[in-house]
Amino acid sequence: MIRDITLGQYYQTDSVIHRLDPRVKLVTTLAFIISLFIVDNAAGYIIAGLFLAVVIKLSNVPVKFMMRGMKSIAFLLVIAVVFNLFLTQGEVVFSIWKLQITKEGIRLAIMMAVRLVFLIMGSSVMTLTTTPNNLTDGLEKILNPLKAIKVPVHEISMMMSIALRFIPILLEETDKIMKAQIARGADFESGNLLKKVKSMVPLLVPLFISAFRRANDLATAMEARCYRGGEHRTKMKPLIYSKRDFMAYGTVCVYLALCVGIGRMLF
Amino acid sequence: MSIVLEHVNHIYESGTAMEFPALTDINLVIPDGQFIGLIGHTGSGKSTLVQHLNGLLKPTGGKIYYNGSDINADGYNKKELRSKVGLVFQYPEHQLFEIDVFTDVCFGPRNLGLDKKEVELRAYAALKQVGLSDEYFYQSPFDLSGGQKRRVAIAGVLAMKPEVLILDEPTAGLDPKGRDEILDQIAKLREETGMTVILVSHSMEDVAKYVDRIIVMNKSRVLYDDEPKKVFSHYKELEAVGLAAPQITYIMQALKEKGLPVDTEITSVAEARTAILNALADKSRSR
Repeated sequence: MIRDITLGQYYQTDSVIHRLDPRVKLVTTLAFIISLFIVDNAAGYIIAGLFLAVVIKLSNVPVKFMMRGMKSIAFLLVIAVVFNLFLTQGEVVFSIWKLQITKEGIRLAIMMAVRLVFLIMGSSVMTLTTTPNNLTDGLEKILNPLKAIKVPVHEISMMMSIALRFIPILLEETDKIMKAQIARGADFESGNLLKKVKSMVPLLVPLFISAFRRANDLATAMEARCYRGGEHRTKMKPLIYSKRDFMAYGTVCVYLALCVGIGRMLF
Repeated sequence: MSIVLEHVNHIYESGTAMEFPALTDINLVIPDGQFIGLIGHTGSGKSTLVQHLNGLLKPTGGKIYYNGSDINADGYNKKELRSKVGLVFQYPEHQLFEIDVFTDVCFGPRNLGLDKKEVELRAYAALKQVGLSDEYFYQSPFDLSGGQKRRVAIAGVLAMKPEVLILDEPTAGLDPKGRDEILDQIAKLREETGMTVILVSHSMEDVAKYVDRIIVMNKSRVLYDDEPKKVFSHYKELEAVGLAAPQITYIMQALKEKGLPVDTEITSVAEARTAILNALADKSRSR
């Protein structure tokens, strides 16, 4: 059950996208998200879809694996579509009882759905192809200028990488404790809301205890290695742009230009 | 009355790059009352196997029968199965959550829907079975020592009165004294109640003394399934898969190689002592 969550997971394989500098991937993802909100016609979405398809193809991550992550947002997607479909004013195409479906509603609903799907897929391509450590390294480097105004960039990225590192550990732990309690006859599925909340106690108490224990162990281990963040730290693998990365930046610029050019002007 | 596994397969992450076979064509019959040691290297599939026995995991192929009925058939009462096949996980003390020891042990029987009196009777009996004295009953489980916590956790499963008790590495992380105490307690418990016990371990040394039968797993398959001394006679093959026979087997083999006619199928130190003394006596007599 818990294995189905693919959002934020890393998919181990080798591809051009995997080898890109994390900074490129962060900027590209941001650019892609912005582009989704710039375009407002079909041609624009086709361009965005093509761009996404090419990147997914290049990343060597099976589409099936990606789709598994979409299951978790299916509910959100349905709500967004239904609300837009029925609650948009305009030229009525179709009406059942008091509900009216308008031309504008259909257009908005499709746009919302496409946007949402592209948004999630676009950001999962980034997390699927970048290790959490790499990602936070990239973020730290990008945010580096903020140090001038006393933002603790290194500490923030350290906290992020620890948090990300703990997600799979805690998921595994949750799975284990759940199984152990199910073996003792616990029931996490049936009953009303109150009963369900109550049934979480045997899961949450051990989980919190284990999280605190792990945090404590980690803090001790870091102190034993004389860790102190920030100044004078060097990296084992410093991030250096290669030719490939500049080419990727170029491609993103062309893509953005196309989005602005075609996605907004034509209809 | 037994557990039967027929061609059981389990593949993790099927259809992705992480695809990994955890169980491959497992065929086993586990009759009532047997004391079984399930041995295997880390990642050999032993933990996956035991999670199939109480229906926590579903095989990706094959069938599992408990007392003749298919446990993965539609409408099979899994909750009842889990009370009959008690599974104690690795580091079971990590599942403790209640305010005191006694209430925590009550959790299992209470989930079975028994009345309060029966629940408390069972909890009391279970705590006694694992050898925990009354003074700890109303302490927070988090204030106990590691060995005591583990006893409480085992009692939590025993209180459900299982017919089959499965313990996944019950001695992991305990000191030698704690390890012996837990194992002795389990052996005693099994003698008193006559229940089937499956002891999962990666150490032959731990189980050799107690069990009637050893199942060795390697790379998702059953490698050996026989009585302990027969399994240990394959000590060279066991080494090849990263396991080892008890130290006493090595000593007996070495003695035999040097020309002392001893029985190499001996599994305990006490037996070995008699055998060596007898062999020495015979030798000096014949001289």
